[in-house]
Amino acid sequence: MGLEQKLGNMGVVTTSLEKAIGWARANAIWPLLFGLACCAIEMMSAQASRYDLSRFGMELMRASPRQSDLMIVAGRVSRKMAPVLRNLYDQMPDPKWVIAMGDCASCGGVFNNYAIVQGVDEIVPVDVYVAGCPPRPETLIDGILKLQAKIKQEPLTKWQ
Amino acid sequence: MVKLVSQPICPVADTRDLPQALRQALSDKISEVVVFRDEVTLVVPREHIIEVLTHLRDVQQFNMLTDETCVDYYPREPRFGILYQLYSLPRNLRLRVKVMLSEYDPKMPTAVGVYRNANWLEREIYDLFGIHFEGHPDLRRILLPANWQGHPLRKEVPVAVEENAFSFNRARIDAQKPYATE
Amino acid sequence: MEQTLIQVEDAPSNQVRLEDVQLDITFEQLKRLVSPRALTGETMLLNMGPQHPSTHGVLRLLLELDGETIVNCIPDIGYLHTGIEKTAESKTYLKAIPLTDRTDYLAPMSNNLAFCGAVEKLVGIEVPLRAQYLRVILMELTRMNSHLVWLGTHALDIGAMSVFLYCMREREMILDIYEAVSGARMMSSYIRPGGLWRDVPAHFPQLVQRVLDVFPARLLEYEKLLKENPMWKERTVGVGKISAEDAIAWGMTGPCLRGSGVNYDVRKAQPYSSYDHFEFSVPVGSAGDVYDRYLCRMEEFHQSLKIIRQAMAKLPPGPVMTDDRKVAPPPKHEIAYSMESLIHHFKLWTEGFKAPEGEVYFAVESGKGEYGVLLSGDGSSKPRRVHFRAPSFHNLQPISQISKGALLADIVAIIGSIDIVLGDVDR
Repeated sequence: MGLEQKLGNMGVVTTSLEKAIGWARANAIWPLLFGLACCAIEMMSAQASRYDLSRFGMELMRASPRQSDLMIVAGRVSRKMAPVLRNLYDQMPDPKWVIAMGDCASCGGVFNNYAIVQGVDEIVPVDVYVAGCPPRPETLIDGILKLQAKIKQEPLTKWQ
Repeated sequence: MVKLVSQPICPVADTRDLPQALRQALSDKISEVVVFRDEVTLVVPREHIIEVLTHLRDVQQFNMLTDETCVDYYPREPRFGILYQLYSLPRNLRLRVKVMLSEYDPKMPTAVGVYRNANWLEREIYDLFGIHFEGHPDLRRILLPANWQGHPLRKEVPVAVEENAFSFNRARIDAQKPYATE
Repeated sequence: MEQTLIQVEDAPSNQVRLEDVQLDITFEQLKRLVSPRALTGETMLLNMGPQHPSTHGVLRLLLELDGETIVNCIPDIGYLHTGIEKTAESKTYLKAIPLTDRTDYLAPMSNNLAFCGAVEKLVGIEVPLRAQYLRVILMELTRMNSHLVWLGTHALDIGAMSVFLYCMREREMILDIYEAVSGARMMSSYIRPGGLWRDVPAHFPQLVQRVLDVFPARLLEYEKLLKENPMWKERTVGVGKISAEDAIAWGMTGPCLRGSGVNYDVRKAQPYSSYDHFEFSVPVGSAGDVYDRYLCRMEEFHQSLKIIRQAMAKLPPGPVMTDDRKVAPPPKHEIAYSMESLIHHFKLWTEGFKAPEGEVYFAVESGKGEYGVLLSGDGSSKPRRVHFRAPSFHNLQPISQISKGALLADIVAIIGSIDIVLGDVDR
């Protein structure tokens, strides 16, 4: 059943190790269950009934950073939260990726003021920026698919 | 069990008699009664505020402190106004009490003894405006990190400080980044 | 409890845990907040949050535990402090509205109305009846929106996963209405000083009718899942009790106050936006525990539907924005031929309208409680001070009292039942 039938008589698939690992990594991302503000509600919507993020193999949100490899920074990051966020990122095992969800996480958004970090890329390296205030669930799903495409192309040497 | 109630405790009350009644009851303790847009504000000198609040709670039945905050009237002097927004459940009335504070002496007696929920509200005012509440049980910053410098909601503090976006000075960029502290 | 504090030097060696706690607090301050037993290592300090799935955001609690019993609960908030109040001071009255959406982001329309109501009171603007009725409809939808997220996450925390999926499914119907009227799913900024941004689209009645048709059956479904569920009752009945006197003294409002048996609802006590034109009841509990708060909110769904049904039936035709050109932008077609309208439009969007000097307080009943705005105008087009009286902030404060003596697992039920939104607590 499944793979053998689709492959017909070929029997063997040849690929590079890099591609195989990239494929595996991209399709089993476990995001960190970590919401900050308004965008977290849209992130919840993306996982819930109508948008159903689990279609893309992303439904397994882990509450512990030790078990997750994607951090979706959903919302504004305050100066008080910044060290905590960095701490969480440091606790995640390699390989790990970050999505800055929403305008506040990407660049500070409408809150250009004393309290908000102007873009989460000041604290952690960001792979994909998702625009919108808050982004629609479709936008977040698109951002995650973009990240999957990116992961598939990553060289093996990137993560030691 | 839940029962359905279709009437409030007290119908919408008339505020027209309130200033006169309060003036009579608290004549020597209040400096002014302001009525603006049907809202009554008592202006009280700092030394009488706890007496006035206790009287309002116990005698006038203003049993709920809805809100307490500070307004910065810069460049006027006295500069800070502490506003207590009170509500009376049995009388269905709102009342505001205001205390003006000088910029050079931003100190207040705490209202925690009268209204319990003043605790966090006063911590917030202390955090954002730097008003010191004497006798407060746990006066420390509440919204901002403990190592924060200054009080951001004062008028002299800018909303945001634009950082130089295209600096090549790595040391300066690094110094501004809020790294995790171990 | 009359023990004196044990000096640090005298304490046994396992007390170092207390100093290890990173709580933006000095050791001396912490010593006053925990019981003396924490210093001897007899009780344990447990950090919960700011990244914890059951704290509904970035709330941090420092729990002092004796076995599984909570001795002390020290909340630490501010992890989502956004500086909204300061930012609002630098914007004109019209441009500050989008900021209000982002305080309590589960009920953006309530926040819009609270702020716009305060501005209307300060400037003295009359709102047309159609706009008032539409506001009522949207406010009640917002209440349902807020309660749906509460029910879903509250049930999820206690262990009922399917309720969450059902609630989010129904919530999409309300978000569709938001999108139809304002163009955004969450951050609507639809309510403006003087009325509404624009009239509702033609298919608005159908969208609302769909909600009215579908919801009663769905509510029955939720109640079937939870109301008489023995596991649900085990986790909620008698948990997190607060008496009426304490709830008033702590300034609690909304379903948290009504769950304790106090009949206070801003819609009834001080009607705004013509709420007195509609017939509805306020559910009032008695026990003041998690279960009664749950019952109150569930009943509010039915009352909201009742109000929406009446408002849709009575919805009058007419304008949705005041015709005072000093505060309301002129219609687009007028700008094409009227010089005066063009000037008004230009002045309104560049300079904004001026508000008189003075302070006003305007409160609405949002899903979480009394959402008030204390607005201080200084005679210019920007506010001197905006303070949001956030219901979550006041409802969260007594958590140290409510959770005293509760079990560790109950704290999750208590946080869920007081229904906090951290954007509202920290602003």
